Amino acid sequence: MKLFFWQPWLIPLLPLVGALINGLFGKRFSKSVVASIALFFTGASLLFASVHAYTLLHSGADALETSYGTWIRAGSFAADFGIYLDHLSLVMMLVVTGVGFVIHVYSVAYMEHEGGYYRFFSFLNFFMFFMLTLVLANNYLLLFVGWEGVGLASYLLIGFFFQKDSAANAGKKAFITNRIGDFGFLIALFLLIQHFGTLRFATVFNIASSLPAETTAGLLTAIGLLMLVGACGKSAQIPLYVWLPDAMEGPTPVSALIHAATMVTAGVYMVCRSNAIFSRAPLALLAVAIIGALTSFFAASIGIVQTDIKRVLAYSTVSQLGYMFMAAGVAAYSASIFHLMTHAFFKALLFLGAGSVIHGIGGEQDMRSMGGLRKYMPWTFWTMLIATLAISGIPPFAGFFSKDEILWQAFSSPHGSKIFWAIGIITAFMTSFYMFRLIFLTFTGEYRGAQQDAHSAHADHGHVPHESPWLVLAPLVLLAVLSIIGGWVGGNRFEHFLAPVIQKVQTESPRLQVAESAAIPTSEHGEKTGESKALETSLMSISVLVAFSGLGLAWFFYVKRPELPGKIAAASGGLYKLVLNKYWIDEVYSAVIIGPLVALSRAFLWQIVDQKVVDGSINETATAVRGVSHVVRQQQSGLIRSYAGWIAAGAAVIVAYMVWMGTR
Amino acid sequence: MHIFLFLLFGLLCAGGAINLLIQRKPINSALSLIVVMGSLALIYLLLGAEFVAVVQVIIYAGAIMVLFIFVIMLLNAGEEEHTKGSKVAKIIGIPGLITGFIIGVSVLLQHGPQEKRIHIGELYGSASDVGMMLFTKYLLAFELTSVLVLIAIMGAVVLARRSHSS
Amino acid sequence: MTIPISWYLLLSAFLFACGVMGFLIKRNIITIFMSIELMLNGVNLSFIAFATRFGTLDGHIFVFFVMVVAAAEAAVGLAIIISVYRTRETLNVDRVNLLKL
Repeated sequence: MKLFFWQPWLIPLLPLVGALINGLFGKRFSKSVVASIALFFTGASLLFASVHAYTLLHSGADALETSYGTWIRAGSFAADFGIYLDHLSLVMMLVVTGVGFVIHVYSVAYMEHEGGYYRFFSFLNFFMFFMLTLVLANNYLLLFVGWEGVGLASYLLIGFFFQKDSAANAGKKAFITNRIGDFGFLIALFLLIQHFGTLRFATVFNIASSLPAETTAGLLTAIGLLMLVGACGKSAQIPLYVWLPDAMEGPTPVSALIHAATMVTAGVYMVCRSNAIFSRAPLALLAVAIIGALTSFFAASIGIVQTDIKRVLAYSTVSQLGYMFMAAGVAAYSASIFHLMTHAFFKALLFLGAGSVIHGIGGEQDMRSMGGLRKYMPWTFWTMLIATLAISGIPPFAGFFSKDEILWQAFSSPHGSKIFWAIGIITAFMTSFYMFRLIFLTFTGEYRGAQQDAHSAHADHGHVPHESPWLVLAPLVLLAVLSIIGGWVGGNRFEHFLAPVIQKVQTESPRLQVAESAAIPTSEHGEKTGESKALETSLMSISVLVAFSGLGLAWFFYVKRPELPGKIAAASGGLYKLVLNKYWIDEVYSAVIIGPLVALSRAFLWQIVDQKVVDGSINETATAVRGVSHVVRQQQSGLIRSYAGWIAAGAAVIVAYMVWMGTR
Repeated sequence: MHIFLFLLFGLLCAGGAINLLIQRKPINSALSLIVVMGSLALIYLLLGAEFVAVVQVIIYAGAIMVLFIFVIMLLNAGEEEHTKGSKVAKIIGIPGLITGFIIGVSVLLQHGPQEKRIHIGELYGSASDVGMMLFTKYLLAFELTSVLVLIAIMGAVVLARRSHSS
Repeated sequence: MTIPISWYLLLSAFLFACGVMGFLIKRNIITIFMSIELMLNGVNLSFIAFATRFGTLDGHIFVFFVMVVAAAEAAVGLAIIISVYRTRETLNVDRVNLLKL
């Protein structure tokens, strides 16, 4: 029997302790104490996660499930407090604690001049707790707790600068948009309870894998689609992606941690975790792939024209999440998680780098006011360049491997199609283009922000852009290293690593296994025939070519002929405006959904239901009570004789009652 | 003989009670209450309760009523004022009382213990019998009553004393 | 000639009813207090009657205790009446109606 304290429940709980200490007492602590507490508990969590990852990998077991008692028991349904540690949650756990710890370190210096230091770290630790609960839960209900918890943490952190209206509104928007998704997810959970009687992963997947694959829409398809709705909300996919760009109102470390590396990938994790269900519901899988492909394409196209450095990264995140969904949608779950991991490294790095840039030039976020920063902040430049090379899919950086794996799977998987591959390639081109546009606009040319800088709100920052302190740069360097080597493990080996999670279910259904192995004799066990090897190589060269052409085009537009983009924008007119205004999606939503909803709420719910029915019933009740009380109050006259009268009458009633009872 | 004595003292008792209600002056009510208590003592005797009859005369008719009359004298309580204070007492209390009384009486008449009849001169509760019981079975309660009386005396002293603040 | 126990009980009920009636119709606080004594006496009579009926002496003991309590009550009650009279200058219960909010 292992020591109780050495069990994995401590991993999520450690950040909670940190959050509680900082949240309750942090106001009295000095900044260094607050930071040490937050770092200690996150670091300890990372340490524990590593220890348990090591233990799991060396135990040879596919999964370790530990239950710490029943949480809810209702009839035959029961949900436990349980930890489920397998290779998938292991990857997620290490990404969350690792990137989380690095970003905590970064925040120590980055947030130093902001108010609410202890609040920030308390929320950040709070987020870590829920995110780890989400990835380590052994049943859907506990996952849902984490799911909601990270939503709450996200809301709190987006609205961290709550005095700013835009930040508060962005927080609300994120929260409410997530609610729509959660609604779908919750119904999926209800369906699971109704038909499977449990929410425990192992049981659900066992039952699901005993079912045949659905060819038409059925129960699994319904569950899958509803889960997809939930995932769309959390992972910012069409049509619920609108909150993520606005979420950039939060502090930059938050954008890096929550809205790039971890929380938004929860949807991808959930889809991959539920692969037993999705694999048996081809229609749901198709929907996942279509939504992923569309999102990646649309978000990338919006990203091309954005000028706010964080918003470019936000749309890039949405786009990359679309990639992950597309991968999951073609049943390439391991590729999806692989990309999730590499994306966590380079996108966190990009955000942190952007934070460093914003910090260095005194709070400016518009790329048009940047430029030439390379000589002022070389460390930031080089690390961000590495991240950009990684996200653009240029070998040998991490993004190349995962992206290539996704594109290959989109092309070759039995669930895939050449259309997905084509969209992926176009998106890759656009990604490369807008990322290098960001780099060129920010770091090359001449500095364009001198005039604005004088009006900067940050009085403690000089006019000249400056490099950030080493505490900010160290995380950048660390993440840059990860962005380079993170992909070297390779798609096939990663797939092999995740095989117990993904493959197990498929092989348990003999019929399906036959069907699938007949369809793809190649990629089943990572052994590829010569023909498909050649195909993969040619596809790989296409994607690399596309990445470089994106780079070249960006260089041509923003270094060689900087006047050209404006001309093109003017020439294309309507299209440019459409993209610049994000396809008017926000406006359409507010006209089609929010407007009528507000009108209905005001006219019916407020003025009739609330004022007439709810308030009315309360007021009428109060009036009636007051009327009755007015009569009753008269009886408390203070006259002893009246009281005696009541007693006499009461006694008579009691005597009569007793006689009546006796004679009955 | 028994029925005659019972009727005599019973009517005296009832008459005293009614007179208590009719009289306007508290002193007259007090005197008629003494009549009630005296005749009750004799009814107790008829029932064979020798000790209780004696105690009734000594404590009630003696001590308590003296206290009452003393207070009436002290406060110089004159004729009763006729105020219309409580409608409830009239509208609800009196009908309630009468109803309860009628129910009680009818129950007594129908189901009351008829069989046992009292013969004159049978003494059930002589002083020695009651005393034996009081100092054996009810010793604790008896001792406690002494504490109660002590507290009552102290309470009366505290309440009736003129407060120094006024 | 003998008489049944229930006659005594009827007399007891009548005395009790008179006591209650006194409480309801009298205004003088001393008279009301006397009505209480009347009620106690009515109860005492039924105690004695039942004691005789069942041939035990416990009823007598109870009457004794009731008398003790009545004496204590009379002492304290009359003291209260005196202090009420001191502050309110009246014995009319209708005028002493502070027993309300």
